[in-house]
Amino acid sequence: MLADFIQYDFLRNTFFTGLLIGIIAPLLGTFIVVRRLSLIADALSHVTLAGIAFGLFLEKKFAITFITPLYSGMAFSVIGSVFIEKLRAVYKAYQEIAIPIILSGGVGLSVIFISLANGFNTDLFNYLFGSVSAVSQKDFLSILGISIVIILIIWLFYKELVTLSFDEEHATVSGIHAKHIHLLFIVLTALVIAASIRIVGVLLVSALMTLPVAASMRLAKGFKQMLVLSIIFGEAAVIIGLISGYYFSIPPGGTIVVVSIIILLASIFLKRVSFTLKRAG
Amino acid sequence: MGAPLITLKDVSFSYDDKEILSKVNFQINKGSFLGLIGPNGGGKTTLTKLILGLIKPDHGEIFLFGMPISNFKDWNRIGFVSQKANSFNKGFPATVFEVVAMGLTAKIGYLKFFKRSHKQQVLHAIEQVGMQDYAYENIGNLSGGQQQRVFIARSLVSEPELLILDEPTVGVDYENVQRFYELLHELNKAHGITLLLVTHDTGTMTEYATDIACLNKTLHFHGNPNEYAALKETDLSRIYGHQVSIVTHDHE
Repeated sequence: MLADFIQYDFLRNTFFTGLLIGIIAPLLGTFIVVRRLSLIADALSHVTLAGIAFGLFLEKKFAITFITPLYSGMAFSVIGSVFIEKLRAVYKAYQEIAIPIILSGGVGLSVIFISLANGFNTDLFNYLFGSVSAVSQKDFLSILGISIVIILIIWLFYKELVTLSFDEEHATVSGIHAKHIHLLFIVLTALVIAASIRIVGVLLVSALMTLPVAASMRLAKGFKQMLVLSIIFGEAAVIIGLISGYYFSIPPGGTIVVVSIIILLASIFLKRVSFTLKRAG
Repeated sequence: MGAPLITLKDVSFSYDDKEILSKVNFQINKGSFLGLIGPNGGGKTTLTKLILGLIKPDHGEIFLFGMPISNFKDWNRIGFVSQKANSFNKGFPATVFEVVAMGLTAKIGYLKFFKRSHKQQVLHAIEQVGMQDYAYENIGNLSGGQQQRVFIARSLVSEPELLILDEPTVGVDYENVQRFYELLHELNKAHGITLLLVTHDTGTMTEYATDIACLNKTLHFHGNPNEYAALKETDLSRIYGHQVSIVTHDHE
């Protein structure tokens, strides 16, 4: 792998992109999980697919290449995230209904754009399950830029996000602008999803946002600890997943998720053992 | 008596067509410990929500620290403790330190960071409520009474002048309720924090409060504990309507 890694640009692009999303997906994922919004990631990833299909359609039918599928996917994802917020405000008592609406809307649009672009091809397959060879230099640089912006914003608004996630009522009473912070957060989530899709694919992107968090939740005492552990688990899953995916010629989405599940099971087991030991000792 | 911190003038509020509060006039002065009691559905929680600016009155005016509520911006002068021992985000893995630090978020302000001096403030607030041995424990592993102390520390850390507590003893056992009131008493006397305590616990509270107000749609009584004790059965049943029997049986 090392020789290949030095020789092939695309492998380096993929690997570095993987390292970036190994940070940003669990970073946002931690807030998503504690706020019980895990399914929103799924809904947004399907909207992103519609955006990607739209980009591919433009490319095929009109030879428009300056809007890459990454950018059109991102645009759709962000618009979808704003829609989810609007729907959640409309259906106050049934906030979760926003998720199936946006998810099915995303799939519906995807089907339309895919068939307009003359159906399925390998490119689309890569978007569904991820790929070790699909990341171009341009994509990598875009994702690098997005990652820096995301990490910077989370760093700047960390204390507000934590306070809001823990107890929205108290945060509002103490004078934090819950609505604006929440909107900012959901837009960031949309960007992370769009950025991650090249590596893990539409169908599995929410797994990279939630599984490392589910694992670290078993072990961490506090929030910061959980955040750091989630990122470590996320990175481990991405690195092991990408390498094994490359060797066995399997889309990395599959291997990354399987590694994440192994980490999750190990953390549940570890918690059990330490609990039993504490009781016995 | 000090200056008025909260003033309500002819405040009315309805949910849909049901009138919850009708022409409530009410004042809390600096340094007092006011116990607000009344039957369930009497509008106690609605009143706190109005004071906290979470909802707006249909009629009447509210003043905080002498300023109309619409112009009031210094929300960190007011601390709020709700029934959160029962309803905060329980799955959230946060240490006691992290939870109390959240009380400083709004005061520190946007785009500014948590510093070493803030850390001292947080530890001090944790000590004030006697939870220093648990500072780095997960909040989810504590008892209801301990959690409630942590939530008080979260309100105290921003050094509010007025603390509003909405039924904070719900779900806390009897012995801890006593300790809880002693803590409130100390905050009021030693630290000069003005308290508004909303409760249906008419027993213990009267030993510590300096003022008692009864609310059932409108304000039926506002006086000191001695005056409250002198109220006759007939007055109480007027205040509580049909609920008088339920309330007295509560404390048997």
